[in-house]
Amino acid sequence: MVKCSSMKKNNPNSAPAADHADMPIIADHISKSYNKGAVNALRDVSFEVKKGELFGLIGPDGAGKTTLFRILTTLLQADKGQARVSGYDVVKDYKQIRSSVGYMPGKFSLYQDLTVEENLTFFATLFGTSVAAHYELIKDIYDQIKPFSDRRAGKLSGGMKQKLALCCALVHRPTVLFLDEPTTGVDVVSRREFWEMLQQLKRQGITILVSTPYMEEAVRCDRIALIQNGQLLNIGTPSQITDTFPVKLYAVKAASIYTLLKDLRSWTQAESCYAFGDLLHVTLGPHTGDDLALIREYATAKGHDQVTVQRIAPSIEDSFIRLTTTNSLQYGSADQS
Amino acid sequence: MKQLFVFIRKEFYHVFRDRRTLLILFGLPLVQILLFGYALTSEVKNADLVIMNGSVDPLAQQLTAKLRSAAFFNVQEKQLSPTAIEKEFKKGNIKAALVFPSGFSSDFIKARHATLQVLTDGSEPNISKTIAQYISAIVQDFQREHQAMAPAPLTITPELRMLYNEEGNGSINYVPGVLALILMIVCTALTSVAVVREKETGTMEVLLVSPFKPVMVLVAKAVPFLVLSLANFSIILLLAVYVLNVPVAGSLLLLFLITLLFIITSLSFGLLISNATSSQQVALLISMMGLMLPTIIFTGFIFPLENMPLIFQWISNLIPAKWYYAAVKAVMLKGLGIAYVWKEMLMLCIMTTLLLTITVKRFKIRLA
Amino acid sequence: MDPQINLKPSSPAAAGAAIECKELTKKFGDFVAVDRISFHVNPGEIFGFLGANGAGKTTAMRMLCGLSYPSSGHATVAGFDVYRQQEKIKQHIGYMSQKFSLYDDLTPLENITFFGGIYGVADKVIKERGPALIRSLGLENEASKLVGALPLGWKQKLAFAVAMFHQPRIVFLDEPTGGVDPVTRRQFWDMIYEAAGTGVTIFVTTHYMDEAEYCNRITIMVDGKIEALDTPAHLKQRFACDNMDEVFYRLARTARRSDS
Repeated sequence: MVKCSSMKKNNPNSAPAADHADMPIIADHISKSYNKGAVNALRDVSFEVKKGELFGLIGPDGAGKTTLFRILTTLLQADKGQARVSGYDVVKDYKQIRSSVGYMPGKFSLYQDLTVEENLTFFATLFGTSVAAHYELIKDIYDQIKPFSDRRAGKLSGGMKQKLALCCALVHRPTVLFLDEPTTGVDVVSRREFWEMLQQLKRQGITILVSTPYMEEAVRCDRIALIQNGQLLNIGTPSQITDTFPVKLYAVKAASIYTLLKDLRSWTQAESCYAFGDLLHVTLGPHTGDDLALIREYATAKGHDQVTVQRIAPSIEDSFIRLTTTNSLQYGSADQS
Repeated sequence: MKQLFVFIRKEFYHVFRDRRTLLILFGLPLVQILLFGYALTSEVKNADLVIMNGSVDPLAQQLTAKLRSAAFFNVQEKQLSPTAIEKEFKKGNIKAALVFPSGFSSDFIKARHATLQVLTDGSEPNISKTIAQYISAIVQDFQREHQAMAPAPLTITPELRMLYNEEGNGSINYVPGVLALILMIVCTALTSVAVVREKETGTMEVLLVSPFKPVMVLVAKAVPFLVLSLANFSIILLLAVYVLNVPVAGSLLLLFLITLLFIITSLSFGLLISNATSSQQVALLISMMGLMLPTIIFTGFIFPLENMPLIFQWISNLIPAKWYYAAVKAVMLKGLGIAYVWKEMLMLCIMTTLLLTITVKRFKIRLA
Repeated sequence: MDPQINLKPSSPAAAGAAIECKELTKKFGDFVAVDRISFHVNPGEIFGFLGANGAGKTTAMRMLCGLSYPSSGHATVAGFDVYRQQEKIKQHIGYMSQKFSLYDDLTPLENITFFGGIYGVADKVIKERGPALIRSLGLENEASKLVGALPLGWKQKLAFAVAMFHQPRIVFLDEPTGGVDPVTRRQFWDMIYEAAGTGVTIFVTTHYMDEAEYCNRITIMVDGKIEALDTPAHLKQRFACDNMDEVFYRLARTARRSDS
């Protein structure tokens, strides 16, 4: 807290505008290309993150998530568009943003040859504060790695590195926290723990922007934006996004799931059919009659046993697949199938 | 200020926890000094010299005896045909051959002009150059004695004097060269790698997204290597004085000052390289190929500059190490004062200012 | 275009196992990275190899690929012994990992030619099948581009095709779909099923639990040991869970160590 006030003293003229107070992150028509326009990393991206919100940016590798994070954390300049973080302009007021946000890049950015404690102390000092100053914020997370405080960061496990990196990003009590793919390559157990930590941080009033390629993690966010090929496909709460799924979705199962998929694939009535865990997700084209009966009859006619058909609520992954295939945005569309 | 202090402390941790860096820092000076001081020296000791027709006449005998008494040669008297000589050279059995013509004495005394044929192994140019120098020095000495004391009976006291290197100590010229090389490696290569490593591990992103002034990252990176380079300088100097018996003739303070200046020049170079690259390998490659090689080639401590084409001599003026080498040689070996090295120091100052200006101007406060 | 999967049943267990492991162990000093694992994989089977970070998956996979010697135990891959016939094993397997798969500065065809050459595929065959493969992947328009310029999903599909090019009997896939979008991920599995249908054995690791469901059988490694090995359906039944995610969580939660 002491540190924050001293930072503001240095820059009295650039106090955040009042109307941005409850919108810590605003991206306004951001575009960015690389290699002289050959690669469009971001195309006209606009969204806002509300104060205290846990906002997820969901999309595969190469969708533009990291570029967007770097623009918002003042590391890159957009070709077009504007962005504000904590009310500050990401280009003009980069200094104010740098002293008030926390950032955890895609790679766990720690010094492998420094111990856990040395890393934490270093980053605390860098931000002009001390580990003790905001200890209550990181206490719960740091307690888990404290037994290893004398260990070099390079010798920590993936899950523990992730926790240490989060502590380092939080040590100066940032108002906005940027986490770029914190759960990538981390196993299910550590991933769950991590999301629980984020919920705790949210309760402490920190606004969080987090990106992930794992669709199932979307439901843990307050609101999400789906991103593919540099474009936002949809923005909203997870339920808003799944609610806008335009057609009915059915989960189909039979004794021989493999032949069933092939059969449904060749069925003209099926608009789409893809594997989803141990089920097949099916949508139908226009027709008359009862959907469930139609599918069941078709499957039975094809000689399938133990056919079950059920209407289900679409998941974020279903929505993502639908958005990327119908918008024909995705690159894989030229595939052999 | 506290931030900078903590940052510098972190840099020291990195250095002392990385075996490779430590090895380069403290192993390299040792190896280079010993390598250049002993193995690669052009100093000649007990070189195999064949003398032909050494007993044709009294004067030839006297000169042969004189050559024999010099510690440089291992003299054998043999009669060999030209093809046999060539064979001996090829086998590496002899380093040099000296052929007296018949009538050597009479030519010398009556015609006042005698010729001697000296053959050396051109495949080892440095050694062969030294051998030729030694032989001609001995012959000249011999000639002088005869001229001065012609009427009186001869008393031969062989005395060889080579300016600035009376003992024929070949390592002497290498010490300033090794200094230039080591400081270049430590300051330029290690500094650029240290900065680029932050980019590679992604920590640079976190550093940039912090209130720490981006340019201060460079300062924090440079300080440890400045300190370590000075330590290195002291080590090399101690090795030179106590192991290679190369004395420091001039002012130690001036030597220290010149070195400090060169270190700053090299650091600026390292920081400039780190600005332009994003992988450790590239940084290392540029440091090594772009700076080490020119330093070795154009400084003049291995390949004499005066023998190079003019264009290379001009290029050599752009190499900081050349100026440093010249200044260190003047102060350390010749004992000259600041009046003789101010030009070199000025050149280093200009280069440093230029490099630092470019580095700071080009330093990116963002990633791209 | 719909994302579709060409799922085929695995071929019935043939006489010889594709991979056979017995008490396979790898120690690094006192640390037991892989602790007496035993399993067998049938020809044409899609075998999922799961585990938390540091459970010993990579170490086990390295031994099976002939990249490191076990400390004790037995194993044969494609009928070859992992101690004595490492070179034979390497000839008969394909390998693809998320981290390294193709050269970014070569074109797709150059990659195929290079890897084909390494595995001793005849030049004539490469010339015939290389361009055919490019066509079947739909990469004709990208033929002159460098692989580095391709989207990740395409790279991974190409990498799989390259790993299959010398017609190995077993393919090891180390997190082949990490970070790939959901549609391309399914297309990738399409290719896996097609390969398995022709009798190729697939040994695959993944962090996506829905993909675990696509495997014929899966193992879950915890702390160097195999804690579970069964079909996805049986595992869900046994642990009374709705999905593999839950099964995995239950087992891996007890892990004492994570990656080294």
